[in-house]
This record gives sequence, structure tokens and C-alpha cells, in this order.
Amino acid sequence: MSRKVSILFVLTALLLAVVPVLAQDFQIPEIVEGKWNVAFVLIGPINDGGWSQAHYDGAKYVSDNVDNVNVVYVENIPEGTESEQVFRSLAAKGFNVIFGTSFGFMDPMEAVAEDFPDTYFIHISGYKTNNTNFGNLMGAMEHMKFLAGYLSGQRCKMDGEDTVGYMYTFPIPEELRLGNAFMMGVKKTCPECKMIVTPINSWHDPVVEQEAAKALFDAGAYIVFTGADTPAPAIVAESYKEGKGKWGIPYDWKGSCTSKRCLTLPYWNWGPVYASIVEGLRDGTYTPGRHYFDGDEKGLGLYGFMEGEELTEGLKDMPEEVLTFVRDYIADIEAGKWTRFDLFSGPIIDNQGNVVVPEGEKMEDADLDTFDCSTTGCKYGMHYWNEGIIAELP
Amino acid sequence: MEIFQILASALAGGTILLFGMLGGIFTERSGVMNLAIEGYMLLGATIGYKVAAQTGNPWVGLLAGILAAAVLGVLHAFICVTLKADQVVSGLAINFVGTGVSMVLGANLSNLIGKVNLLPTITFPALSNGSAVSEALYILTKQNVLVYIGLIMIPIANWYLFKTRPGMHLRAIGENPEAADSMGVSVNKLRYLYTILGAALAGLGGVSISVAIYPGWFSELTTNGKGWICVGLVIFSQWQPIRGAMGAYFFGLLSRVILNLKIPETLFGGIKNPFFANPNLTFFLEMIPYLFTLIVMIIGANEARRKRIGAPAALGQPYSRGQRGK
Repeated sequence: MSRKVSILFVLTALLLAVVPVLAQDFQIPEIVEGKWNVAFVLIGPINDGGWSQAHYDGAKYVSDNVDNVNVVYVENIPEGTESEQVFRSLAAKGFNVIFGTSFGFMDPMEAVAEDFPDTYFIHISGYKTNNTNFGNLMGAMEHMKFLAGYLSGQRCKMDGEDTVGYMYTFPIPEELRLGNAFMMGVKKTCPECKMIVTPINSWHDPVVEQEAAKALFDAGAYIVFTGADTPAPAIVAESYKEGKGKWGIPYDWKGSCTSKRCLTLPYWNWGPVYASIVEGLRDGTYTPGRHYFDGDEKGLGLYGFMEGEELTEGLKDMPEEVLTFVRDYIADIEAGKWTRFDLFSGPIIDNQGNVVVPEGEKMEDADLDTFDCSTTGCKYGMHYWNEGIIAELP
Repeated sequence: MEIFQILASALAGGTILLFGMLGGIFTERSGVMNLAIEGYMLLGATIGYKVAAQTGNPWVGLLAGILAAAVLGVLHAFICVTLKADQVVSGLAINFVGTGVSMVLGANLSNLIGKVNLLPTITFPALSNGSAVSEALYILTKQNVLVYIGLIMIPIANWYLFKTRPGMHLRAIGENPEAADSMGVSVNKLRYLYTILGAALAGLGGVSISVAIYPGWFSELTTNGKGWICVGLVIFSQWQPIRGAMGAYFFGLLSRVILNLKIPETLFGGIKNPFFANPNLTFFLEMIPYLFTLIVMIIGANEARRKRIGAPAALGQPYSRGQRGK
């Protein structure tokens, strides 16, 4: 057989393997006439057990709870130019609103939004907006991280431990904000506790995430929480059977707390937020822009404390006043009585002993998402580690 | 004791690379280039986990993962040996096939975490209540059964390759297939065999991720380049199992130490830790395994240097009787 034929064969094999995957990805769904058409573009598969699944649950919620809508999704869409094709096709088909749920969709969405002024584009986790038909959306997860820290401090105190571990993803304001919020919670219940950290430089790397959890546990952490996607800390915690064992706190999707050693889980509950945006856009009462929701939009969850959830093994034996504090806190943020600015109010002291925010003052929106205030004009910024965190600034 | 926990992790992490690397050595010793390790591994990880979940038996999953990779190995062998196509292109294509199939079959698997039985961990409880030495040994020996299988496999692979008759045939068909053929060794049949065996071993490496050492299947990133590190290790090993095993365990250690190095303020009880003071330096640490792979592959790319480091002389050349290779 000639060489050319064989190379042809190899290329055919390659195509056969790749085409079904691509075809599945890029099959653009149709709109339904007479309904409001909503599309979700997801970076991962709908059943990834993490970030994308949480958004998929949100899409289902919209479909079940908003009248007269047609909700579709496309999964496994890579960031960058490939995603632009998808957004363009969806807009061209006539979808009314398109949600894009990954940071790297930001620039493609911005570009497509300009060409399709009658379509709304809502981008999750970015910072750009044109204040007309392209907006961004994120939420105050710091509340739930704070409460997870509060419970962790209590767990440490009860078991005679004093170290928690944080595997953060990238050196960005969001990851420092969430780590600081967690430590503020720990300090409430365990003032002498400390936090060790290791960055993993990935949002999703199943092997490295488990290795990082092990590294933190072996370095003395009793409870490890993560900023990444897989429930690695809780999986790894199960393998520590000596003594009191270890605890893990996963993130993102409400189904991730299945391990027996999962203490609790801060998670996203996108459904109510998406539903109100879709309804608002349809009535003309919602204008895309910077939308950073707080607890009152019901988009945040803490496993063990939301409707229909039971306390985990690690929470059951906690004193009633600790659990009541958490329940009251959640009730307060859902009622709008307590916001993320109240959480980040002075006195805030960093791990060098400097006062970041003095007593009586609060951070503002711009502070929470900025490293360097000289560029954006914020006052305090998020470039500090809270007291008790053993780490240098990235 | 932390140092022993780190070493234990290194042993476990290195085991995955060890299987992939041994698979690479066997295939390449027979004269067939093996760039498909990543694809075999991912398919092994996926099928192994899926079958373990469906049957409830991790050992059945283990077998299924190995078999699935072996089937993919048959395809690679068919393209390289029977069709005599470009072995590099085939290897890359096999990677795509492995990844594509894994993504399709892997849907829903990430939800199963915690509900799948895993291959057992072996412990020696007798060690755990004694002196510091026995405590250290307890930590080191608390390993998944596959780690032990890997350790046993190193001397066996070495013995087979250099001390047995079939091992000599294997080396012969990779060094000088014409001579081997004239001695009555069936070159292409054996190349099929070792390509499939190599795939099976890499598949075992994949299973050792998902059903044993880093349990769970989350996405096509479950292997995340480990197969490519194996490709580098094969060259680094100079196609010798013992050398390769040392490399594999060293990389297991490296990938763990990178994470540990970021945690403490001081190292060895006093020296300031530069990776603590400058967290961004850790980006460079994480580069090392891939940088190593790149360097080794560059060295391996040069024909003259390859001969010097002991590459099988007929590596990458299809064999047809009477045609002197090519």
C-alpha cells in the first residue's frame, strides 16, 4: 500500500475521532417562534460536577420557572475565537439573550454584541460591559466563604487543631478576596488559628488539585478549602484515617459535598439570578451593566443550611449558637440587611500587622476587585492577606 | 514526618508515569515510535473508571481500562506496521482518538466521585505504633496496590528485556530487523505484540490515576500531559527500565515538592524560602516537568545524538522484507 494512501487513512481516523465531538459542540440549537429564546454557552460539559453543572442547573431553573421561554445550552465550548463563532451563530439565529459562563468568552462576546444590538449578552465572571446590550455578572461568594471559615474555625477549636489550608487558583483579586473572607470567618471562632496556602495555577486540574490538598494536609492543615473546580480536598481527606482524620471543603456545585469528609460547601445557585435577569430583560426593567449580586438575590448557597439540606457529619455536633449564627447570617444577607461591604468593614488587619481598613470604614465595590488602586482610583484594594494567613503577596 | 509523606506521594505519583514509560520502552524497543501514550492513558483512565462504576468492582475496571488501551494499540500497530504509515502522525492521531472517545464516554462520570469502589490501599498497621523509624516506614508503605505492582514490574521489565530470549528478539527487531528476520524472528508480528503491550501498560497508567491514586474522572484534563512526560522519560531512560523508573519517581517527587515549596516561610529550619517570598516564582517551578520533556525531545530529535544515547536503530522505520526498511 502506498504511503499516500496510508497517510490518508491516518487523517481519516483522526477526522472520525474529532468530528463527532466537534459536531456535538457546535450544533447550534434553533429558536422557537413566539417564545423568548435564551441560550447558555458553557465552557465544560453540563455534568462536570462543578462550575458548568452549576450553570446548567441555573438554565434548567429558568426553563422551569419563567413563563414562555425556550432555554437551550451548548457545552464544551473552548474560549477564544472558537467561542466567537458560537456567539455569532446564536445571535444570528435570533436568540434574545445569550449567557456566556467563562472568563475567556468576554472579548468574543463584546465583539459580537456590537454587531447584534438587538440581542442581549450577559457574561459571567468578567469585567467589561457596554451598558446597553452587553453586561457582566458575578456574585458575592465571599459571604459563603466567610461562613465556611466560621464553621472551620469552630471545627478546629472543638478538635484541638489550629491550621486550615487554602489551595487558591491564580494570583488575582477574587482569590485573595475569598481567602481573606474565609480567614475572617475562622478568626471569629478560632482567634489563634492560622492558614497556610499553596497556589495551583489552574481552575481545573484533577491530579494537581488532589496533590495540593495532600500537600496542605501533610503540612499540618486540618481543614482544606479550594478555589478550584473538583472536590479534591474532600476526596483526599477520606484517605487520612489516623486520629481525627481531616476535612475538606469543595466549591462551585451543590452536588459536590458527597464525601463523608466534606465539612460544608459554598456553592452557586444561579437559577434565581438568571430567572430575574431574563424576566427583567423581557420587561425592559433590566439594563446590562456591571451586575455583582449580593445575598439578597438568592444566588449563593452553603451546603447544610439551605432548604432541603441536612447538616454534614462534621457540622452535626456543633453548638447550637454557632449554627444559629450561620442561619441568621444567611437570613440577613438574603433579606438585604447585611452586604459584602459590611463584611469587608474595618478593622481589617493584614498579616504584617498593618491596618488595611480602619474601624468605622468599609470597602467599596471597586476595592473588592482591584490589586492596584493607583490605576482605578479605589481606596483600599484587595492586595493583602488577612491576619492569620501565612503567605506573601503574589 | 512530612518528608516521608512527601516521599510516599512521590512514589504514588511516579507510579503513573512508570507504567506509561514502561509501555513506551517496550513499544519503541521493537522499532515502533510511541507518541500515543497520552491517548492510551486517558482512555484507560476513562474506561477503567466507567467500568469500575458500572460493575462495582475496581479490578474489572482495571482490566477493562487496560483492554481499551490495548484495542487502541491495535489501531496504532495496524497503521504503523501493516500500512507502514508515518509513525509520528499515527501517534498524534491516536492521541486525538483517545481524547475524543474519552470525552464522549466520560460524560456524567464526574458526578460519581465517592460512589466508585477503588483499588485497595495496602497498609502495615503493625508499623504504626512504635518508634519514629517504624512510623516513617508506615507512612512510606501505605500505598495503593498498584504502587507495589509498579515496583515489582521494574526488575521484571529489565530482566525480560536484557536477560531473556524473547527480550533479545524484541531488541533485535528494533535494532536490526533484517538480521532478526533472517534468523527467523517474525518482525511484524512481534511489533504488533509490543505496540499492543505498550498501549496496555499506558492504559494501566491511566487506570492507576482514576481508580487508584487520584480517584475520579473529571474531564479530558484527568491526565493533563502526563503521557507526554512519559514520552520524554522514554528518551531520558535511554530505553532502559531502571533508568526510566528513577526518572518517573523523580518526577513524582517534583510534582509534589512544587506544591510543598510554596507553603512554609523557611526551609530546613531557617533558610528563607524564595518561593514563599515570591509566590509568582512558582510558575517557573511548574514549568520544569514540561521544560524537561521539551529538552529531552530536542536531544532525541537529532539522529546522531539519538544513536549515542542508545535509541533503537530502526526506531520509526517500517519493515518490509527485502526492502531494507523504509
